[in-house]
Amino acid sequence: MKWLILRRISQLTILTLFLLGPLAGIWIVRGNLAGSMTLGVLPLTDPLALLQTMVAGHTPATTALFGALIVMALYLFVGGRVFCAWICPVNIITDSGEWLNKRLGFKHAGSTGPGLRYWLLAMVIVLAGLTGMATWETVNPTNVMARSLIFASSGAIWMAAFLFIMALLIKGGWCRICPTGALYSLLGYASLLKVSATNRENCDNCKACYQVCPEPQVLVDPLKTTTISPVIRSGQCTNCGRCIDVCGQDVFRFASRF
Amino acid sequence: MKQANNPTKPEISSRRQFLASSATAACGVALFGLGGCVGSDESGVMLRPPGASKEFLSACIRCGQCVRACPYNTLKLVSLFGKGGTGSPHYEPRQIPCEMCENLPCIKACPTGALDPELTDVNKAKMGIAVLVDQETCLNYLGLRCGVCYRACPSIDKAITLDAQHNQRSGKHTLFLPKVHSDHCTGCGKCEKSCVLETPAIKVLPRDLAKGELGHHYRLGWEEKQKKGKSLIPEALDLPDRMPEFSPLSHDEVKP
Repeated sequence: MKWLILRRISQLTILTLFLLGPLAGIWIVRGNLAGSMTLGVLPLTDPLALLQTMVAGHTPATTALFGALIVMALYLFVGGRVFCAWICPVNIITDSGEWLNKRLGFKHAGSTGPGLRYWLLAMVIVLAGLTGMATWETVNPTNVMARSLIFASSGAIWMAAFLFIMALLIKGGWCRICPTGALYSLLGYASLLKVSATNRENCDNCKACYQVCPEPQVLVDPLKTTTISPVIRSGQCTNCGRCIDVCGQDVFRFASRF
Repeated sequence: MKQANNPTKPEISSRRQFLASSATAACGVALFGLGGCVGSDESGVMLRPPGASKEFLSACIRCGQCVRACPYNTLKLVSLFGKGGTGSPHYEPRQIPCEMCENLPCIKACPTGALDPELTDVNKAKMGIAVLVDQETCLNYLGLRCGVCYRACPSIDKAITLDAQHNQRSGKHTLFLPKVHSDHCTGCGKCEKSCVLETPAIKVLPRDLAKGELGHHYRLGWEEKQKKGKSLIPEALDLPDRMPEFSPLSHDEVKP
């Protein structure tokens, strides 16, 4: 449970930091997940939102550019989709939906392939070019969720309901097709911190890791093909560490990609 | 040969499968995108923070930092099902008008430059333009001496003036008609906020909605004349005036 608890602490801390300003008047962080300013010195920008404005024909100011570069440098170090597992509030909702699905013994109404997110990512960028504005940001569940939570908009309830029901019905919910996650996963293919099936010879095929993994396709090769590196190199891995938590044989651990 | 064929078979079918699933994904995604396009109504009469250009929605990442920076809570983000770009900043003058902070904190907070950092003088902001939309209910048009919008205007006598006109209804009074001058009006909305009517007769509208545009070849004769110092065309031929030199009574005298 260690990593799961740490993740929840991380997600809630981020949200609390954003909410401290509007709720308690303590302005450590201003803005939301699309763009923020911490203590007046650290700008952070959602690279996908910024990319859309650039495709739409806007030349961004340096603050936003630096913000995006800092974000990308960070994720290049700790893992691209660390955003998905450790920061994004949608993860909590998707996990809750999945939890209820398991609890009720529901059969998923559908599933999505791991490649669909890249099609969506392409669509988002094409859409920005066609419409000349950051159109996706109107509906982008990731940013809408964070924004409506932080700015106390009723949209939070609708978006949370949508994401929860989606996770209840479709395996992996929104998180498996999210274009924001798709962009970060591209970074993840080159990022430093990885999960590694270091002790894979101890694997007793209990499949507990496949059960909990939000992207089980990333586990197969590093765990089962002894001729390749045990490091889970796929950028689709979110570095959530659930496999480390559940493995009875202590197969997995965080490691450098090398 | 047969042996060589066998291993290629699954490859072909997996390639076909890949193409088929890709096509399905592409179609689904395209539909999804279309839905997103139709569902996201970015139009609407929106007043944006100072420094926002016409292409504001192509540059705004909807982070809400301008909203946080606004000391008067003027700026709000559009709600999830609201018109005009969900999550983008706007203001409604009748609720809270723009107080025109001299240091422009909203522009300073904007990370992307969607609010143009080159705008440093708030008096040059062009957020919108006040329009006296209803002359039937405006008290000044009715002949009263209201003029609250004129007095509330931070650019009094520049952005709003009172034009004196004869009150034809009473025949002996003066109408003081509020007139907005677009080169000075920032669209802050103090006039709309202060209008004493139940529903304001003066409202701030986006500039491209409210402003007319003269034909590019049009010249205002009196301005051209002032610029040149004299009339642009030669003085009109001055024919002798045929004044009634004789009274009709003395007509007979002209008769030969």
